[in-house]
This record gives sequence, structure tokens and C-alpha cells, in this order.
Amino acid sequence: MQRWSRAARTPLGIVGFGLLAVTLFLAVFAPLIWHRQAGDYDTDNLLAGASGEHWFGTDNLGRDIFYRVLVATRLSITLAVSATLIAVVVGVVLGAAPTLLGRWIGRPLIGLVNILVAFPGLLLVLFFAIVFGVGAKGAVLAVGLAGAPTFARLGHTLMAAVAGRDFVAAARASGVRPGRILVRHLLPNIAEPLIVNATIGAGGVLLSFAGLSFLGLGVQSPDYDWGRMMQDGLGGIYVHPLAALAPGAAVIIAGLAFNLSGEAVARALGVQVDVAWRAVVTPTRHRARAAAPPPADDVDPDLVLDVANLRVAFPHGGDVIRPVRGVTFQVRRGEAVGIVGESGSGKSLTALAVADLLEFPAQVDADRLAVLGTDLHDGTDHRHLLGTSVAMVFQDPMTSFNPAHRVGAQLAEAARAHQGATRKQAWRRAVDRLSAVHIHDPHRRARQYPFEFSGGMRQRAMIGMGLMGAPKLIVADEPTTALDVTVQRQVLDMLREVRTTDDVALILISHDVSVVAEVCDRVMVMYAGRVVEDLPAADLAVAARHPYTRALVAAVPDMHSDLDAPLATIFGQPVDPAHVPDGCAYAARCPLADRRCRTQEPTLTSGVACWHPGESLPVPHARDAREVDA
Amino acid sequence: MSATPVAVSERGRATDWWRNRWVRFAARRTLRLLVSLWVLVTAAFFMVHLVPGDPIRAALGPLAPADLVSAQRHALGLDDPLLVQYGHFLRGLLTGQLGDSIGSQLPVSQIIGQRLPATAELALLAFAVAVVVAIPLGVGVAVLTRHGRARRTELAFVSSTVILGAVPDFVLGVVFVFVFAVNLHWLPVAGRDGASSFVLPVLALAVGPAAILSRIVRVEMLSVLDTDYLRTARAKRLSGPRINLVHALPNAVTATLTVSGLLLGSLVAGTVLVENVFAWPGLGSTIVQSIINKDYPLVQAIVLVYGVGVLLINTVVDVVLAVLAPRSTIGVD
Ligand code: SF4
Repeated sequence: MQRWSRAARTPLGIVGFGLLAVTLFLAVFAPLIWHRQAGDYDTDNLLAGASGEHWFGTDNLGRDIFYRVLVATRLSITLAVSATLIAVVVGVVLGAAPTLLGRWIGRPLIGLVNILVAFPGLLLVLFFAIVFGVGAKGAVLAVGLAGAPTFARLGHTLMAAVAGRDFVAAARASGVRPGRILVRHLLPNIAEPLIVNATIGAGGVLLSFAGLSFLGLGVQSPDYDWGRMMQDGLGGIYVHPLAALAPGAAVIIAGLAFNLSGEAVARALGVQVDVAWRAVVTPTRHRARAAAPPPADDVDPDLVLDVANLRVAFPHGGDVIRPVRGVTFQVRRGEAVGIVGESGSGKSLTALAVADLLEFPAQVDADRLAVLGTDLHDGTDHRHLLGTSVAMVFQDPMTSFNPAHRVGAQLAEAARAHQGATRKQAWRRAVDRLSAVHIHDPHRRARQYPFEFSGGMRQRAMIGMGLMGAPKLIVADEPTTALDVTVQRQVLDMLREVRTTDDVALILISHDVSVVAEVCDRVMVMYAGRVVEDLPAADLAVAARHPYTRALVAAVPDMHSDLDAPLATIFGQPVDPAHVPDGCAYAARCPLADRRCRTQEPTLTSGVACWHPGESLPVPHARDAREVDA
Repeated sequence: MSATPVAVSERGRATDWWRNRWVRFAARRTLRLLVSLWVLVTAAFFMVHLVPGDPIRAALGPLAPADLVSAQRHALGLDDPLLVQYGHFLRGLLTGQLGDSIGSQLPVSQIIGQRLPATAELALLAFAVAVVVAIPLGVGVAVLTRHGRARRTELAFVSSTVILGAVPDFVLGVVFVFVFAVNLHWLPVAGRDGASSFVLPVLALAVGPAAILSRIVRVEMLSVLDTDYLRTARAKRLSGPRINLVHALPNAVTATLTVSGLLLGSLVAGTVLVENVFAWPGLGSTIVQSIINKDYPLVQAIVLVYGVGVLLINTVVDVVLAVLAPRSTIGVD
């Protein structure tokens, strides 16, 4: 009930429940209050238009249409609700049959239900209307029975989930009668979704009923519901359109009342998804205008990537979170730079930002962000530059290819888009690139769909895709994380080979220090959206100065000099980008932290951002794995 | 290296297996169609027998002489045992002998032959309009409103499609008649006479399905636009239209197609109401008249025609789905 009231407070719920309250109020009270006005014959005003006296005019007997629409609420709603009840009750009994009566009776019944569900509701309504004959009673039965298959299927699905539970099995084993099991054990557990669906269903039933009455098969005069009134009004639509339109509007409003109320509750009962957080996980396209960057006077021709003070922000609730807070680095021709850090350190966002792949609502700002000397934030289109010179390799090769297109076509289209290649040339180049990344029988493979490739093959094909142009920079975001160990090696060798043969620069993002140490020349360690240390890869094991870098290195068994020591993990939790502390972000986990560390943030000077770089750590700085809660 | 022969034999096995799956799919789907058809035919047969009282007496009215009633009973074979009647009925269906209308004494098949084309035209045109409007609209709005961009557009789209999707087609028809025929005199009020007479009934039928379908296309597109492979497409710096239409759209159509099949089915049923609004000379107005007049042979035949239509549509949609997305439909993976 509490959740229902929460549903009633959402905008959808306010509209839905508001309309529903008005409708139900009218259904109860309108005939009591306006019975006389609705029945009075004003013989001076037959088929009159709207006036002060008759707001919606009168019908052919001079009766006031406005009051008749109000009074008709009761019959329309009563009939719709009765039909819905029939649908739900018959449906639940049918749906419970397999659970209660066993497979021999239940299975054919559900089979029949599945066949019936495939027919549109109105057709079933007509079918039953033929059997039960013309008139309100027949129509209620017809509409109700026509709705039953839908509820039978729903009930069956819901109950099948509950029926497996212990208490039902126990009840059945102890010989409780099927009807009692249904009422005592099954219904209470499926009541909520059933009520929600019945509410939404009542909206549909109301419309069907109006349709049936409109066809002249439902309510017969002198009774009247909205459908009947529309039918009566349609003939005179030239003279008096309101007679048909007013009850039509009532049908729509009442239908929406049930529909929206049900929807609102359905949404409130469903799992809440925090939209803003999703945005962080799957970044979206949009680039905030950066402050006019200072023009670079002398562009170093060797500079593939030049990043100064890169920041990434996302709106989060009413707030803004900043997962990347001022990252500065450069990558030279043919250089391999690794970016390591725990998840949430901002390393992947940094990679996506430099590749210009972050979208709204992500905001990317930088004092300078240049690829091959061209500023990406100068306001012009860099599609072709990026398309030919920057290649991306993503984490999960299983999901990174489009399942609807052949692998070869997915490679070829880049050449078509950026190099003006013909279809044939592009295809030939795609085959050639596939063989360059050691895919056997590339002609055949190019014609296959991604699901016919293994994970390692896909990742190599992905690298091949990046080589369609003449890339100067490959950005690989955790390229081996999703692969098993033997395949990881293949992919790393592939990257290394590409790099040396074509003199391509590489940015390799990884949480795995050993992978980065093996492939890269230089390593940047990120923590809480900043670079905390920038050092040659060769120095990692021996000359790292930042306590966090040293902890990362210590956490890797084969880089640890002392193999007898217990396998270490880093103590404590990474920083939540929404709550970055003052001072050094690592202070809470750092064994060297002192008062200054907690108040003043160290900046990156001579390759390290720490107030106590290289100072010896109290042993053991990285706690025993057993002490860290998983 | 032995890679090549292995690959070839693997491929051979894969095709066998693939073919096998298709055969199984075809068998399963055909069986379902046949069972559904049987259920439909049997239901249509028993429908008349389920009518309380004497259907012939009801059809001819209380004043009809008793010998006329019994002659009619006899003519319709209602005196035979039920199973014999069922047998006759089935045989009649197979030979196209559906009996004569009680009201007009014309062969039922002739009436259906005259009326069916008008209904089919209406349903198919409305379906085409709904799809042609819904897909570009859904795709466009998805691209525009992704990740909370253009919130006002999103709100306008969602609320107007919810409302339009909830407005019953016959109410919409009445509104259209009022606005475009009575007030503006742009289009005829009713009847089937020339292209202009198609506009209002087709629109009345198409608006609701178009609203529902465009919402589904949008939701599907939104989820596809967030996939890793779309990020790959963006990383290739393809043009916007190519990303959205070539990479995203084909992956968004599966669910869209399933729903559009259901919509086409309900569109067929919706013609009954809309035909009555526009006095359209199709099956819809005929069935209503014959229900009111208790012209059972005619009713029976029309129910069968609608039912078979819906079953055929469902089957076609399943087959198209299987061809477009074999992995999800027939479990080939
Ligand atoms: S600044 Fe202080 S807290 Fe931060 S890493 Fe260095 S020693 Fe540790």
C-alpha cells in the first residue's frame, strides 16, 4: 500500500489517480445528483447546440447531453469493471490449472490459451457477442471472457514462478485441496502484479465495451452508456457534433484514468534505475565548449597526442561529479603509454575523452586537447582525422561487433567513409587487414558474422579494423580483460607487432600492472581522476615513488621481489568520484599520510604527486589479503 | 597445417545442423498454424450451437410460421446429429461451400467475395501508414532524446503517443469526421468512393498503432544506441545517418516487428468499428448487421475470415522474424 501511495505521487500517478478519482466519484454520485436533469425532455430544444442552459446541447428528445454523459459514467464503469472481474477470475482459474490440476489437464488448457491470446481482443469479443446475443448482459460476458486468455497467460506465468516454492509443494503434499492452495497460497503472492494488470486491463475493457455499444451490440436503449451515446450522436454529426464527441471524450478520459494509474503503479513497483549513474557507465555524446585554448605556437611534429588539464564531469542528481580532474600528458610518435589504476580512477574516461567519444551528458573540458597538432576543440569537424589516425580497441570483443553485419563489411566501411575507397577496394583492404592480424582464411572469415568468431579472433579483428586507415595512435581500453590467459598473450603480441611495424603510438588502459609493464614504455598511474605518478615502465618494479604505485606493484605476485610474502591486495576502498576528499585523495589508504596530506593536495611535480615520495613504507604497507573484506 | 580441412568439415556439419533447425522450426510453426486453424474452425462451428434457444427461431423472429422454421432448420442441416453436422461443415469449408445467408439468401461466399477486398484494403493501407510513420519517428526521437537530451521533445513525444495510443480508433474516426469532413469540408464523411474517401478511415485506424509502434521503436533504438557495437561504430567516426540507420536500426527491428504483427492483427479487428463509423462497405459493417439479424451462416463465415486473416499474419510475422533474426527466434546459435 505504501508503494501504491508512492506511485500516486509521481507525475504520471498524479494524473492517473486524479482522473480515476474523478471518474469513480462520478460513477457513484452522478446518477444520484443529476438523474433528473439527464432524463428531462426539453421539447422546445430538440437537437439544440451548446448554450448556457445546455452546455453540450441536447439530443433528439431534448435531453441534456452534458448531464447524460455524467450520468452514463456509472453504467459505463460498472459494465467495464464487471467485465474485467470476469476476465481476471476466469483467467486466474485457467492459468492455475496446470499448477493445481497437473499437466494432463493443464497443458492443453494453456496451449489453448496461447492460441486464443494470438487473436485480437475485439475478435474474441465479437465471437462471444454472437453466442451471448445482443444486449448489456451478453456484452459483459463477451468482453469478460474475451479478456480471460490474457489474464490466464499472465496468471500462469506468475503462478508458475510461485508454485515451485516450498510452501506450495508442502501444501500440495499434505493434501490441501487445489482451490484452497490457489486462494491461500498462490493468490496472495501474485496479487500485486495481477491488480496492476487488471487496472491497466480495465482501461482496455472500457474501450472494448464502448466499441461494442457503439456497434449497437452492447447497451440497448432506454439504457445508455458512452458507446451507445456515440452511436446515437453519430447520425447527427452534421447538426450536432457534440452529441457524439462528448461521450467520446469521456471514453478517452476514463480509459486513460485506468491506464495511467496502472502504469504509474507498475513503474513504482519496478526496479529503480538511477539514470545519472547509468550515464557514467555508458558515456554519452556531447562536448562542452572549452574556453578558447591558447594556440600552440610551435607544434612538435612528433607529438601524436597533447593533453593539458583534461576534465570530465557528469551531472549527478542535482550535483556534478568529476571523475577526471585535470589530467595532463603527451604521447609521442611510436610511444606506448600505459594508464593504470583501479576501476573508478578515471582511466577509461580519460581514454574515451581523448578519443572524442564521450557524449552528452558528459562534459569534457581541456586547456588543450590536440591530435597530431590539430585541436579537437576548435569547433570544426574532425571526423576524418580521427577516423583515419586514431584506432580504438575496446574491452569486450564479444559485444563490440555489430551482430547484424558481416565482419568484413564492418572493417570495410571505415575505408569507404574516410578514404573514398570503392566497395571492392574497401573489401580487399578488409581481407588484407584480417590477414595482417593473423586471421586464417581471411576471405572466408570476412564473409562471416561476428558470432562465428572466437573472442580472441574478434579482438584481433578489432585491431585490424583500427588498421584500415593509417593510424598514428591506438587507444586500447582493457583490451585483454575479457579474454582468457592464452588469448591475452596473442592480443598483446598483436598490439606490440602493430606498434613496431607501423610506428604507431599506443595508449593502453589496464588495471593490470604487469600487462602495462610488459607492453609499454611509460606508465601513468591514475587515482581519483588524477595522475599520481608518471614513470618509465622499467622503473615500476624498482623505482616507483608514490605509495599507491608501490601498492599496485606489490599487489602483483610476479613483480614482487619477495615471493614468500603473502599475496597482497590494496587495503581500503577506491575513492567514490561523487565524494572526493580534500587533500591527497589517497590519504585514507596511505600508510604515510600525515596532517598535510589530509588538507593540501599534492600536485604532479617531477613525475609524482605526493608529499612523501619514495619514503620507506612501514611494513607491511599492503595488508594481508585476508584482512581486506572482499 | 590441418586448419583448412578441419574448417571445411566443421562448416559442412554446421550447415546440416543449421538446416535441421530450420526444418524443425518450419514443422513446429506449421503444426501450430494447423492446430490454431482447427481451434478456430471448431469454435466457429460450435458458436452457433452455443447460442441459447433455437437459433433459427431467433433469426426468423417469433412470428415466423413453424414450418418455415423447420424448413430452414432442415436446409441448414441442423436436424442432423452434431457430429454429422460438424463433418458437413468441414467438408463445406474445404469445397468453399459456406451455405446461404438467411437474410439475403445469397451464397455467403459471394457476400464475402464482395466485401473482403474493401476491408483488406483498409487494414493494409492503415498498417503501411502506421509503419511508414512510426519507424522514422521512433528513430528520430530516439536519436534526439538520448540520455536526457531535449527533455521537452521527449515529454511531448511520450505524452502524445500515450494519449494517441489510448484513443480508440472509432472515437478518433468520429473526431476526424467532425474536423475534416463536417467542419473543413476537405474530405467525404463516409462511403468508399475515390481516393479521398480512404484518407479518414485509414488515418483513424493508423494513428493508434503508429503511436504505439513509434514508442517501441524509440525504446528499442535507445537500448541499441547504448551498446558496445554502436560505440565501435562511433569510434570509426561514421556519419550520424550511417550509425543510426545502418548500425542501430537493423538491431532494433526485431521487437518492432513482433509488435507490428500484433498491431496488424488488431488493426484487422479495428476495421469492424471504423467501417461502422464511415459506412465502409466491408466485412465489418456486414458482421455487425448479421449479428443483430442473427444471420448465423454469414456470421460464422465472417468470423472465420477474420480469424484466418489473423492467423496468417501471425505466421508470416514469425517467419519473417526467423529469417531476419534466426538466432533469437529459432534458437540457432
Ligand atoms: S601525499 Fe601523503 S597521503 Fe598522499 S600518497 Fe603521498 S604520502 Fe600518501
